[in-house]
Amino acid sequence: MFLALERIILLGWEKFSRDKSSTWAALIVTAVVVFMFSSLLFLQGVSVFLLSRLENSVDVSVYFAQDASEEDILAFKERLLPVPEVKDAVYISKDKALEEFVALHKNDQFIVDALETIGTNPLLASLNILAKDPGQYPKIAQFLEQEAFSGIVERVDYKDRQNVIQRMEELTKGIRLVVLIVSVGLAFIAVLVAFNTIRLTIYNSRDEIEVMRLVGASNSFIQGPFVVQGIVVGVFGGLLTFLFLFFLSWFAGPRFESFLSGFNLFEYFTSHVFLFLALEFGVGIGLGVVSSVVAIQKYLRI
Amino acid sequence: MIKFEKVSKIYLFETEPQSRRPPKSVAVEGVSFEIQTGEFVSLVGRSGAGKTTLLKLLLAEEKPTAGQIYFGKENVHEIERAKIPNLRRKIGVVFQDYKLLSAKTAYENVAYVMAVMGAPNQVIESDVHDVLEIVGLSERGHHFPAQLSGGEKQRVAIARALIHRPEVIIADEPTGNLDPYNTHDIIQLLIKIHDLGTTVILATHNKEVINHLGKRVLTLEQGRLIRDEQRGKFIL
Ligand SMILES: Nc1ncnc2c1ncn2[C@@H]1O[C@H](COP(=O)(O)OP(=O)(O)O)[C@@H](O)[C@H]1O
Ligand SMILES: [Mg+2]
Repeated sequence: MFLALERIILLGWEKFSRDKSSTWAALIVTAVVVFMFSSLLFLQGVSVFLLSRLENSVDVSVYFAQDASEEDILAFKERLLPVPEVKDAVYISKDKALEEFVALHKNDQFIVDALETIGTNPLLASLNILAKDPGQYPKIAQFLEQEAFSGIVERVDYKDRQNVIQRMEELTKGIRLVVLIVSVGLAFIAVLVAFNTIRLTIYNSRDEIEVMRLVGASNSFIQGPFVVQGIVVGVFGGLLTFLFLFFLSWFAGPRFESFLSGFNLFEYFTSHVFLFLALEFGVGIGLGVVSSVVAIQKYLRI
Repeated sequence: MIKFEKVSKIYLFETEPQSRRPPKSVAVEGVSFEIQTGEFVSLVGRSGAGKTTLLKLLLAEEKPTAGQIYFGKENVHEIERAKIPNLRRKIGVVFQDYKLLSAKTAYENVAYVMAVMGAPNQVIESDVHDVLEIVGLSERGHHFPAQLSGGEKQRVAIARALIHRPEVIIADEPTGNLDPYNTHDIIQLLIKIHDLGTTVILATHNKEVINHLGKRVLTLEQGRLIRDEQRGKFIL
């Protein structure tokens, strides 16, 4: 039993190392499929990152009346935070608002002059409120516009952006769906191509399989080496892709960072390195084993 | 030890609708004979007479349309699928086109048969060495089939058929692709194997070979057994 397993493994390795043309063909298609799946992982990472950035950039701002004191505002914030839809609220004081405003318009002489003329700080203190989910902004805005707060709240800056928020929400759902469909479609095609290539290499071995049957080899002794060859191809295909992705993301990571609004491919790769390893070897070996087992069935009739 | 009882084999296949050919071909029809342990039997007949089909039926590669085939006490076509390799291990086969594994060396081709049967490595090593010596190829063990001549390839094939000491050796036109010198060598080899106690079944349409052998001859014509003679001549 053990001897047979050892022989099957040796025969499989022999196939891998001698049958150069089919090994190369299988290796290349396996690497391509693994690469496709890895790209999906990157795509997933990028889309989650970008969408969460988009979602987080949407918010509702509450501007407080000129005469509202800081204590009142902080108390208001404390009341707001326990609301289930609210993820976070950031307090921007009058001074902070002025600072940011000046920094933003420091090159605009007209505005700088106007501020100096006024002498006092015309800006209002505000809370920037972040929802857990973009769909919840209307609810939060409703909460903020209650009569009870009318004394302290000057205005809720939400209506202006309601459209943007809603469109973004639709877009988010749409993008996710399209990405999913395209990804699954491409992955499916890649698997088909790989499967057919491997099937072809086994088809080329049909005479050999016939001879093995005639000299009394059992099915497992015939099939075993092909499966081992599939595993070895999967391991090498996975490894090849892994190394390729390492260098590719290392090269492209910093160069595409600003294009991807701060998403670094290389950081993503290194922080998810085990996920990538598992995906590459899983897909590579799985493809090799499944396609060789399925393809060889046809030639195993007695 | 081998017995064919009223064996027929009809191949059915698809033809185009307008084709005149019938969608079947009768390869073997009502063939009965028996072969004893230790015999040397030649199977003679024109190309298409059904020689290969008879051998395939014995190897359980094809199923008979009618009739029974026995190997020893076993009815060949009642053997379970999983046990068929065991039947084949009792029979060594040599083909006209050698059927060597092209990706393996001569040595590995022969060793493969023993590996299949689970023989220990040391036994494989010494046996393969001995058998290659018997067929006169001890120097060529590390060569791949593509590096060997036709006669050499056929001798590797015979070594492979011999290695596991089968009870029967079947040779299906083993000299069909060889020149007279190699033909002579291969036939001498088969005679030697027979003298060592193995049953040999040789299918051929080579007149000189048959007349030279002077052993039992079964003559087939269009799938029928028309002659069975103890010291047969080639008559068609
Ligand atoms: N797989 C097959 N399908 C259809 N007909 C076949 C098949 N194999 C053999 N035959 C037919 O059976 C007959 C006998 O063939 P075969 O046994 O190969 O003859 P031989 O070996 O004596 O030359 C021939 O007429 C051949 O055409
Ligand atoms: Mg024939």
